[in-house]
Amino acid sequence: MSKQSIPVRKFDAVIVGAGGSGLRAAIQLSEGGLKTAVLSKVFPTRSHTVAAQGGVSASLGNSEEDHWHWHMYDTVKGSDWLGDQDAIEYMCRKAPEVVVELEHFGMPFDRTDEGKIYQRPFGGHMSNFGEKPVRRACAAADRTGHAMLHALYQRNVRANTQFFVEWMALDLIRDESGQVLGVIALEMETGEVVAFHAKATIFATGGAGRIYYSSTNAFINTGDGLGMAARAGIPLEDMEFWQFHPTGVAGAGVLITEGVRGEGGILRNSDNERFMERYAPNAKDLASRDVVSRAMVTEINEGRGCGPNKDFVLLDITHLDPATIMKRLPGIREISIQFAGIDPIQAPIPVVPTCHYQMGGIPTNFKGQVVSADGAPVKGFYAAGEVACASVHGANRLGTNSLLDLLVFGKSSGDSVIEDVASGDVTHRDLPADFAEFTLARLNRLNTQTGGSNVNETRLDLQRTMQKHCGVFRFKDMLAEGVDKIVEIEKAVARTEIKDKSQVWNTARVEALELDNLIEVAKATLVSAEARKESRGAHVRDDAPDTPENPNGRDDVNWHKHTLWQREGSSLSYKPVTMTPLTVETIALKTRSY
Amino acid sequence: MEGRERINRLRWRCTRRAMLEMDLLLGEFLDRIYPTLGPAQADAFVVLADMEDLELWPLINGSSECADSVQAEVVALLRNVRVK
Ligand SMILES: Cc1cc2nc3c(=O)[nH]c(=O)nc-3n(C[C@H](O)[C@H](O)[C@H](O)COP(=O)(O)OP(=O)(O)OC[C@H]3O[C@@H](n4cnc5c(N)ncnc54)[C@H](O)[C@@H]3O)c2cc1C
Repeated sequence: MSKQSIPVRKFDAVIVGAGGSGLRAAIQLSEGGLKTAVLSKVFPTRSHTVAAQGGVSASLGNSEEDHWHWHMYDTVKGSDWLGDQDAIEYMCRKAPEVVVELEHFGMPFDRTDEGKIYQRPFGGHMSNFGEKPVRRACAAADRTGHAMLHALYQRNVRANTQFFVEWMALDLIRDESGQVLGVIALEMETGEVVAFHAKATIFATGGAGRIYYSSTNAFINTGDGLGMAARAGIPLEDMEFWQFHPTGVAGAGVLITEGVRGEGGILRNSDNERFMERYAPNAKDLASRDVVSRAMVTEINEGRGCGPNKDFVLLDITHLDPATIMKRLPGIREISIQFAGIDPIQAPIPVVPTCHYQMGGIPTNFKGQVVSADGAPVKGFYAAGEVACASVHGANRLGTNSLLDLLVFGKSSGDSVIEDVASGDVTHRDLPADFAEFTLARLNRLNTQTGGSNVNETRLDLQRTMQKHCGVFRFKDMLAEGVDKIVEIEKAVARTEIKDKSQVWNTARVEALELDNLIEVAKATLVSAEARKESRGAHVRDDAPDTPENPNGRDDVNWHKHTLWQREGSSLSYKPVTMTPLTVETIALKTRSY
Repeated sequence: MEGRERINRLRWRCTRRAMLEMDLLLGEFLDRIYPTLGPAQADAFVVLADMEDLELWPLINGSSECADSVQAEVVALLRNVRVK
């Protein structure tokens, strides 16, 4: 018998997360007749998927000829060959099907004159294996993510999915054999801690962009799924790979769209120099995201940053006609005034490269089953969306492939659950006697801690450390120092103290529990990044420069492999990249250049 | 106790939103301006905070207008928030 018992609720399946991936998986399960619970920290349509504006990719070929194989090629290349080619083929082949399905669920896509889904061009989308740009992005004006969530949510309401809103999952339940039996969760409104006992558990908890000080991600992205998985002994894959956006407002992180540079915006350093002319003489301020981001960091590191701390550069549109700014860049002026305190018509906007997207995550196969280090599925455990690493994004994600990932792997994880339940592969196994002990001990520690550390200060310390030591451009010594620092911060996280001990709506407790997850992600990221001694995709080190033997610093001989970080002992292991697609030929290693 | 619960629930709904912009703005508003509001405006703010981001953001950036006059007062205050 456990020392303390908690209420247990039984479902066929429990999904943690009600963003695009969780809602897509839930449709499969509920319509497949499984009794399904979906837990979410917020009302489903407040999930971060709403923030996606750009679109979702699929080779529908509505505007011009396109093919899933070309999409696959772009994705493999975008991933800098770190993506698994079976999963990438699966995703790109499935794209037209899941997008058309979404249309049938009621998604209000923009249309062509003939009434087909309208498609627009997007960076990295090419026809005929990299030959020329192709229109592949499907969008619903600038509210694609919002419209997608609403369509998926309505379909779930129809299918009677049961939602548990403002519930926070705290830990996975596993038995001795390693099978996953559900989660333990906290209801914020009552403070009650409840077990959700399930045959199958799907994680769809989104990203962890809040590990960085400067992040475009909303506050909710604290990597809870990653923290829970790591604490339960599941490795985290390729966590060194984070995509940065060059122009987040310094301090706030709010994204300033690329369109601003498209309309003539110029980046300047403290000498008022248009420094991009030195780094990219042709493309200048319009060079690719990673080139611009690295140039900005180099300027800052070499002392040409602006402001009292010399820690940002300036995005200047003061030379543009105010009428143009108002007409072509609506919203940018308000954003700059509200989040930088600067009217961009009069003065330039302070910007820094800002964390945007997490490529790594919980290792899965293309069926959405979580796999352990040896590649065998972890029974009863599935994951999809930004929390998962299938791995389709590899070392660098292509724009619009994330919303696609949600649809494809949300669906495939749901299908896998249905199959595994039907075949009897996963059943309601008995909960171990002490299943709640670990979580209750964590909560008890937090409740009784005295003389401990402050949650806000510790989080800030963590975020600043990540930004400084493991940002867009990485330095050998800084990484090593960063690892030491994060280990120190981990000790503070283990001693967080909250003053409010009440049960009902204790947001201080919830924030402390979120920090428990952030630290796992931060540590996995720093340790994995310190160890990977090459540059690839979004992971760029100064000691792995561009040379004739290793173009772009990429070292395929030693580093063409996935990282797996284990919480236990903070240890690393590696596994091969799957180079064999499902039906087509391997897309062979090549230097990535655009 | 009622006060603490209400403010904590509101804090969650202000700072765990879909868009970073709204987390920042509403969080700042809650800390600095909400405590100065009268009861009617405070209630109006609760209603606004319960809106989805893509309903509320257009009100704040001026691309659409509030029908309710008390809400409009609160939106005007929201517009003036500077996050730094
Ligand atoms: C500003 C911005 C713009 C973007 N634009 C695009 C774009 O145009 N195209 C594109 O493809 N991608 C884009 N992306 C990326 C894309 O939006 C995200 O990767 C994607 O929406 C993530 O979806 P998800 O379903 O994995 O998670 P989310 O939508 O983040 O949902 C996570 C869910 O998990 C729940 N949750 C988390 N932790 C817990 C817990 N402990 N207990 C209970 N519930 C929990 C949350 O409440 C939420 O419901 C953009 C990202 C940003 C930040």
